[in-house]
Amino acid sequence: MGFGSLLSETPSELPLDSSKPDQSVLSDLNLDQVVDSVAGDREEHELIRQLLTHPAADLDTVAYRHEMFRDLEDPALFEAATEFSERLSRVRAHLEQLGKMDSAHQRDGWFLDATTIYCDAVRDLQEALASRPLAARGLIAFRDYMADYVRSPGFVQLASEAADRKGDLAKITYQVRIKGLRVEVSRYHDEPDYSAEIEKTFERFQQGAVKDYLVRYRTWPGMNHVGAQILDLVARLFPDEFGALGRFCGRHRQFMDPVISRADRELQFYLAYLDYIRPMRSAGLSFCYPDLSPRSKEVFAHRTFDLALAAKLTAGGKIVVANEFHLTDPERVIVVSGPNQGGKTTFARTFGQLHHLARTGCPVPGDDARLFVYDRIFTHFEREEDIADMTGKLEQDLLRIQKALQAATPDSVVIMNEIFTSTTVSDACFLGQKVLAKVIELDLLCVYVTFIDELAALGPSVVSMASTVVPGNPAERTYNVVRKPADGLAYALAIAARHGVTYDQLKGRLAT
Amino acid sequence: MKARLLYPDQDFDFAAGLPPNATDLVQDLELDTVLAAMAAGDKFLYQTSVKVMLASVADVAAIRYRQDVLADCIAQPDVIRQMYGIAVAALQEKRKIWGFLGARFPASILTSAVSQLEVLIVRLRDLRQLADDHAASFRSEGLVTLLHTLQRELDDEYFAVLSNHLKQLRFRTGELMSAQLDRDNSGINYVLREGSAKRGWKERVRIEPRSVYSFTIPPRDEAGGQALQDLVNRGLNLVANAAAQSADHVSSFFTMLQGELGFYVSCLNLHGQLTARQLPLTFPDPVNWDSPAFTCADLRDTSLTLRAEHVVGNDVTADGKALVIITGANSGGKSTFLRSAGLAQLMMQCGMFVTASAFTASVCRQVFTHFIREEDADMISGRLDEELTRMSTIAGEIGPHCLILFNESFAATNEREGSEIGRQVVRALLEARVRVFFVTHQFDFADGFRRLLPDQTVFLRAPRQPDGTRTFKLTEAEPLPTSYGQDIYARIGGWLGEKYRTQTPVRPEEI
Repeated sequence: MGFGSLLSETPSELPLDSSKPDQSVLSDLNLDQVVDSVAGDREEHELIRQLLTHPAADLDTVAYRHEMFRDLEDPALFEAATEFSERLSRVRAHLEQLGKMDSAHQRDGWFLDATTIYCDAVRDLQEALASRPLAARGLIAFRDYMADYVRSPGFVQLASEAADRKGDLAKITYQVRIKGLRVEVSRYHDEPDYSAEIEKTFERFQQGAVKDYLVRYRTWPGMNHVGAQILDLVARLFPDEFGALGRFCGRHRQFMDPVISRADRELQFYLAYLDYIRPMRSAGLSFCYPDLSPRSKEVFAHRTFDLALAAKLTAGGKIVVANEFHLTDPERVIVVSGPNQGGKTTFARTFGQLHHLARTGCPVPGDDARLFVYDRIFTHFEREEDIADMTGKLEQDLLRIQKALQAATPDSVVIMNEIFTSTTVSDACFLGQKVLAKVIELDLLCVYVTFIDELAALGPSVVSMASTVVPGNPAERTYNVVRKPADGLAYALAIAARHGVTYDQLKGRLAT
Repeated sequence: MKARLLYPDQDFDFAAGLPPNATDLVQDLELDTVLAAMAAGDKFLYQTSVKVMLASVADVAAIRYRQDVLADCIAQPDVIRQMYGIAVAALQEKRKIWGFLGARFPASILTSAVSQLEVLIVRLRDLRQLADDHAASFRSEGLVTLLHTLQRELDDEYFAVLSNHLKQLRFRTGELMSAQLDRDNSGINYVLREGSAKRGWKERVRIEPRSVYSFTIPPRDEAGGQALQDLVNRGLNLVANAAAQSADHVSSFFTMLQGELGFYVSCLNLHGQLTARQLPLTFPDPVNWDSPAFTCADLRDTSLTLRAEHVVGNDVTADGKALVIITGANSGGKSTFLRSAGLAQLMMQCGMFVTASAFTASVCRQVFTHFIREEDADMISGRLDEELTRMSTIAGEIGPHCLILFNESFAATNEREGSEIGRQVVRALLEARVRVFFVTHQFDFADGFRRLLPDQTVFLRAPRQPDGTRTFKLTEAEPLPTSYGQDIYARIGGWLGEKYRTQTPVRPEEI
């Protein structure tokens, strides 16, 4: 079977717009931050954005991408693919710069350089693909395509000619003598390098690494008119080498293979995401390939976390607290309560992020996860800009929720965060119960963050979870959200434990 | 060429930062007084001493190596100061020459590099002269080796080579350079060459292809002139770099010499002050860390001896004991003894003498201090919190064969809880083979170790002094069940800004 695409078995065009969650959901879940960071200013940022914001067309496509990610997690393959895409990007940059060059000999040199980068890139990636075990359907097909391509006469000729031309030019050494305003260019006759002798004389004083006093000159591509004149004379000194170069450039104007170019674009998606999660993995966080079920709502995730927050914390060298959730029938609703700033919202976002990300085919935060194939995600988070008008806000909140609950089907996921904060406790309690009753009736998967404890006990489908504090020090948050709170310790020893200096802790710390 | 005055086989790493607990050590052991005496007003000597003192050497042989060098220095202080002066002068004169650090053109880098080399070479000749004059009068391995190295490496022939090079670099002729093609066919790898590019006779009679082409920049073409200047600079780049790096090599040798000699000059300064005060001075007897050792006679707090008259020395025998617990009255000299032990350990482990008539101790990998801080005014974290934060930091750095000094630690909570924390911490440390000195008021804590680890523990006690003067020596004695709690409360109250009157506790031995 021929090679089609690295993104799906059937190379369809991009997913339909109707399946894309609306922008407010992405931003409520902070997925917009994730998308921005992953896409960044990469050449293919548009494609990456598309792929990260749209659920894949079907579960087979999710599996197809999982296979791709798994294979590319092989460090050797990841490195090879990254190197490949960087090189192709340099080739494109080279070709763009040709237009700005005045000297024909310089243009030819630069074009030759582009072709050698391309040939190296193609050959190295082909070798890497051939030497690593592959399981992904996409990569296997691509590997076979590459194997045929590098053996094709066109490529073989391009590569060998380019190498010959490079070899010719590398052998050239010439001499320049400057006398006032006169410049002489001549063939080079071997003379010793004086700087080496100086270095040797003073070597005995060396105490350690030395500062580099070499002045850095702007490197290629760059040439002034004096340089161009010198180059013209060098070309006259070496007519054979430069003649062959000119003919090579004429013959290979279009040397890039369009199928390989397309695969390179598609690879960007995988590389960008793996690049994004790499620092988090180095910090000890796990990512996994979730099971996706269109039927069972028994979802779970172990050691999971908020991806956007973890990216920030990891970049700042800070610790990320992982949490877990699991629902077993008939449980559907997680009511999160507990002290403020304790990670409740983060927990809720995590639940939503996981469900969305799973559908894009990307690995998701956690050791292990099973997630539900929803039809839509609804979010209701506090909107900063609404705070001025309190009655207005309550009404807006209710309207938005009403709209969401009307649009929701039993296959939807709902994430609600601290709603009704603009009203009294009894109102919020009453309204919250109403909302949850509707959620339960619809059999929705739901995370509901609240400061009202009563909402956590509304029946067998509701699970109560709570953010926790350090025992003995209510001011200290753990950012753990758990099913039940831990017991307290004696005050002083609890503080000692927090600082990691109890006997048991010290035994462990001093042993390492 | 190496100075090698601090280690027989390696340079001292002056570029390394101070250990993470340096601030604590300086503050808790009142090191500043000692360092000031060593520096005698010289900032450089201060920086040098603090680095060497805090970079403890745990190798007994290396300590003895420094003791030998220092003994030589004490015997001939003038020669050492003279040699130090040469290094200082070399570096000062080099700095005076307009530096090429920021220069953007190889031609100007080359010019100042040559000027620097010229002044440095004058000082190298001075060093050689000093070595010729005094090499025979030293005994220590470190100084003997250094002076012989100077004589061998800086012989007359070498000086002749140096001056020849300097002449060539000053009066270079012609701008002929070779070059190769870069990836865009522009020039690269410019190397300055000697020689001419004249055509050979075969070429002139057209037997060989023509090998010289030329062009001339019109005089009005300023950009072209600039480009040519640029080419010349590129040609000089490598040579300028080599010359500048050579100047750096020579001054790095002087820098190393200045640093390592600087430490000994600092020791000479301190030695002068201490002998003027007629204090007992001895080179300590370091032993390896296999078994804990600590024995001293007339050990005085070096820092305090520089600030006060009539400082009392202590005699303590604690060989084989990993834990020394010091209890007893306030102002009874507990903290002073603790500091004297810590200071002596640090001074021993940088090769210095100590203020004692005899001092033997096992070496340690690093010294740590955990002293109660009266001045910490951070109200965000509570006092206990603050103490435990510091303890936790120490726990992250400490390990086997370290030494830690606790001064009234974990007293910021009630005695029952404080003692429990203290016991847990100290037990864990001892089991990790850390040596511990612990000054405490907490009977519950101290008595716990009397019952728990009697064989590993020495108990010292400060006798009560009604007038508060530090005239009494510590004695070996078990902790007393008298409540010192009131003293603690008085302290804590004081920190909290409360008024609290101390009542004189009734002590069994005074009844």
